[in-house]
Amino acid sequence: MSEPTLRVEGLDVVYRVRGYDRQVLRGVSFEVGRGESYGLVGESGCGKSTVALSIVRYLPRNGRVSAGSIRVAGADVLGYRGATLRAYRARTVSMVYQNPGAALNPSLRVGEQVAEAFTVLGASAQEAGERARAALARVQIADPESVLRRYPHQLSGGMQQRVVIAMALAKDPALLILDEPTTGLDATVEAEVLDLVASLQDELHTSVLFISHNLGVISKMCSRVGVLYAGRLVEEGPVETVLRDPRHPYTVGLLRCIPRGGVRKDHGRLDTIPGFLPPLGAEIRGCVFAERCALADDRCALEEPPLEAVGEGHASRCWHRDRAAELPREFVADLELPKVDRTGPPLLELEGLTKVFRQRGHDVHALTAVSAAVWPGETLGLVGESGSGKTTLARTLLGIVPSTAGAVRLEGVDLPPRYQKRSRDELRALQIVFQNPDSALNRRHSVRRILLRSLRKLAGLVGSAAETRMQDLAARVRLTERTLTQKPVQLSGGLKQRVAIARAFAGDPKLVVCDEPTSALDVSVQAAILNLLVELQAEKRVAYIFISHDLGVVRYISDRIAVLYLGRLQELGPADVVFDGPHHPYTEALLSAVPTIDGGGRDRIKLEGEIPSAASPPSGCVFHTRCPRKIGRICEETEPPLVEVEDGHHLRCHIPIDELRRLQGKTEAVAR
Amino acid sequence: MTSVPVPERRSEAAIARRERARALVRTPSFVLGASIIVFWLACALLGDRITPFDPLYDQTPEISASPSAEHWFGTDRLGRDVFSRVLAGSRDILVIAPLATLLATMLGAGLGLVTGYFRGIADDTISRLIDAVLAIPLIVLAVTVVAALGSRSTWAVTVVIALVFAPIIARTVRAAVLGEAQLDYVEAARLRGERAPYVMVAEILPNVMPPILVEATIRLGYAIFAVATLTFIGFGLQPPSPDWAVQIADNYPYLADSWWTVLFPALAIASLVVAVNLVSDSVQQVLER
Repeated sequence: MSEPTLRVEGLDVVYRVRGYDRQVLRGVSFEVGRGESYGLVGESGCGKSTVALSIVRYLPRNGRVSAGSIRVAGADVLGYRGATLRAYRARTVSMVYQNPGAALNPSLRVGEQVAEAFTVLGASAQEAGERARAALARVQIADPESVLRRYPHQLSGGMQQRVVIAMALAKDPALLILDEPTTGLDATVEAEVLDLVASLQDELHTSVLFISHNLGVISKMCSRVGVLYAGRLVEEGPVETVLRDPRHPYTVGLLRCIPRGGVRKDHGRLDTIPGFLPPLGAEIRGCVFAERCALADDRCALEEPPLEAVGEGHASRCWHRDRAAELPREFVADLELPKVDRTGPPLLELEGLTKVFRQRGHDVHALTAVSAAVWPGETLGLVGESGSGKTTLARTLLGIVPSTAGAVRLEGVDLPPRYQKRSRDELRALQIVFQNPDSALNRRHSVRRILLRSLRKLAGLVGSAAETRMQDLAARVRLTERTLTQKPVQLSGGLKQRVAIARAFAGDPKLVVCDEPTSALDVSVQAAILNLLVELQAEKRVAYIFISHDLGVVRYISDRIAVLYLGRLQELGPADVVFDGPHHPYTEALLSAVPTIDGGGRDRIKLEGEIPSAASPPSGCVFHTRCPRKIGRICEETEPPLVEVEDGHHLRCHIPIDELRRLQGKTEAVAR
Repeated sequence: MTSVPVPERRSEAAIARRERARALVRTPSFVLGASIIVFWLACALLGDRITPFDPLYDQTPEISASPSAEHWFGTDRLGRDVFSRVLAGSRDILVIAPLATLLATMLGAGLGLVTGYFRGIADDTISRLIDAVLAIPLIVLAVTVVAALGSRSTWAVTVVIALVFAPIIARTVRAAVLGEAQLDYVEAARLRGERAPYVMVAEILPNVMPPILVEATIRLGYAIFAVATLTFIGFGLQPPSPDWAVQIADNYPYLADSWWTVLFPALAIASLVVAVNLVSDSVQQVLER
């Protein structure tokens, strides 16, 4: 075979920090063949992006390649200087970054930017304009003319990413690098972007290097995958083989900590990977993973294993590659989860909760008549695309934004709509864990100060009583004594989120809103946080409202699930029923959009267009503009009521439940 | 799940702080600026103990003598040694300008916190008032305040400068507070029942200290200039004080005959302003890196 498009050999990269060279890539070697798509996975800090930056020669100033070679289309990339380097970036390689909003110039119209990609290649202004139009059509933008005239901020995230992809493909690159291209996007939009990339790759035979932390995405998009840990490629092989039969304990651990295949909290706790990634530039003698590996022995600590073949094109860097699958599970005691008694009075009731924001003279209907109840000790999952009103619902029930109409009742008593008017007992009963622990913890306060203040305000404790409770609280969320004296910047993401959880539990809350508490975290840390939340629930019978866009996570932790679309409840029911169907057509589309590791199963249901503006919601059923199962004018004219169709399962759809069952059963049968 | 070992990071904060100090010391402009400031501070503290002649009384029959080996900067029309007067002249300005800056910073930070945190009507009202104050020229405002206070003392000068600078600082602080108030820790504080003053002072203020510090050092440079200006037009210190601006005001009618009596105090003012700006630039760079 001829030379592969990309050949990385023995790549070492060091960053110079405070006068010392710290090694971040350790002898990374892999190849991406012509027209192949290769996935690179690993948790944050493994060096995935450093690989990409080395290939396009955009390493930060303090970084340099200290050994190894990178060849793209047969030529040595590391030798490029000045004009040859610019020509290489202009013609041979393209990169798509995670955040399309930052990749586009906010002060240039889309048309000018896309045309620029062509003028760089020597096209005349007029020709560039025409080719820009064609490029947008190629990435399936329906109305290229109007998009070309707009500024980036006037486009949605998915549309921006299409524009970036169009620019990246402008030069017909030999190698296209996608660095977490869909991480900030909704599942439905992500699915569309991934479909687009897949079809373009079929059409253009571009070689693709796909970087992601999401194994589901990799399994959908790539034929081969490399697993990176602490700057070392620890396992490599065809995607299906690696996911089905992983031969490195890190890969095994990574696959185990993802909640999937319908596992639920009452089936047992999630596996985690104990310990931490070695610090940047640590000197490691043996296997990079030895410190966190339950299979490791003396040899692993002293001698680095070579990358050895374990099958056709499948290699693992492990002394115990033959028994990697036997990686012992961490022992976790089984839990007695609280029995949820839904015959008794609910803990929290929302009745007709409505929120209308006034924005530049428009009424934005963020929430429309949401009614639901949460019983003590249960978890209500809240799902929907961004803009569906999940966060507004959370903020309204907490009183951070006052509701426009409707009531929030805690144990039968109406709560004042504003938090300022709520009593201490009402405040302590409802608490929140935010998505981003960096923003949720005051970076100037020590953990100790954060917890003591909450104990004082919520539990009324001071002095030694507060001290004792704080120790207790810290122990419960597994914070060490040392952590207490530290400030948030000194803690890892997982530890920060534990502090935030401890703070929410300071006043023994009855209900905690978890607003995407794990989406900023790596999967192994996510598993540990989910386990902690479940433990606390078992112990304290606390109820959760759990917001997440990760449906596997929601299914794992939720007893019941509510689906929101444009601020309206579309479906509400027991987690299994909502997942297994028959579901609301919107839920069906959401579920089908998620790329899974297990693969197959459902055909993806495409949703037309984007979520409509809440300032002018569609008439009738708000979902009719995108609904693949729309039955006719009734959907456009009359909004269906939310009806209990089965025991505890509520749906807002004109299609009768039996009909939905028949329709959805049929498609699944065809898909199989 | 096992208990989690904490990575060794504690010392990193201390290292970062030390790094920052080292980076400052390594910046030539910082070293130059700081040396000049230290020099003038020393002069202010030691006063006439280090001046070769008494700065207040004539000790020589040579009136308006040009610079010579004995009188390096010459003498003024009363026969006082200009070199001695320049050395002694830093004292008052080095008290008034920092004091005015401190007052302005406290007032400005307070206004900025209130406007940035509450927004709405409080913000609109105070911000428009601030705009109004900013529209009045320094000297007009000074005359007004002095008339209101019924005094032309150094205190009046201090208050005037604080009043003029506070709104400028308030704007910077307001912008920083607006960004900070959107972070979730502020919401978390509200949800545990904290009152607004606590949230502003204990939660937000520590996080907006870096821009406040930078703004304060910048304002200090301007304050020195403002003190000199107001003194020059006759507010605050009066003759026979050896203050630089008093010397300039005193001697500029005779500029054509004895330029040294004006040039050297003017250079002294310039050196101090430049030095403060050099320091403030380096501090800003190091803090914002």
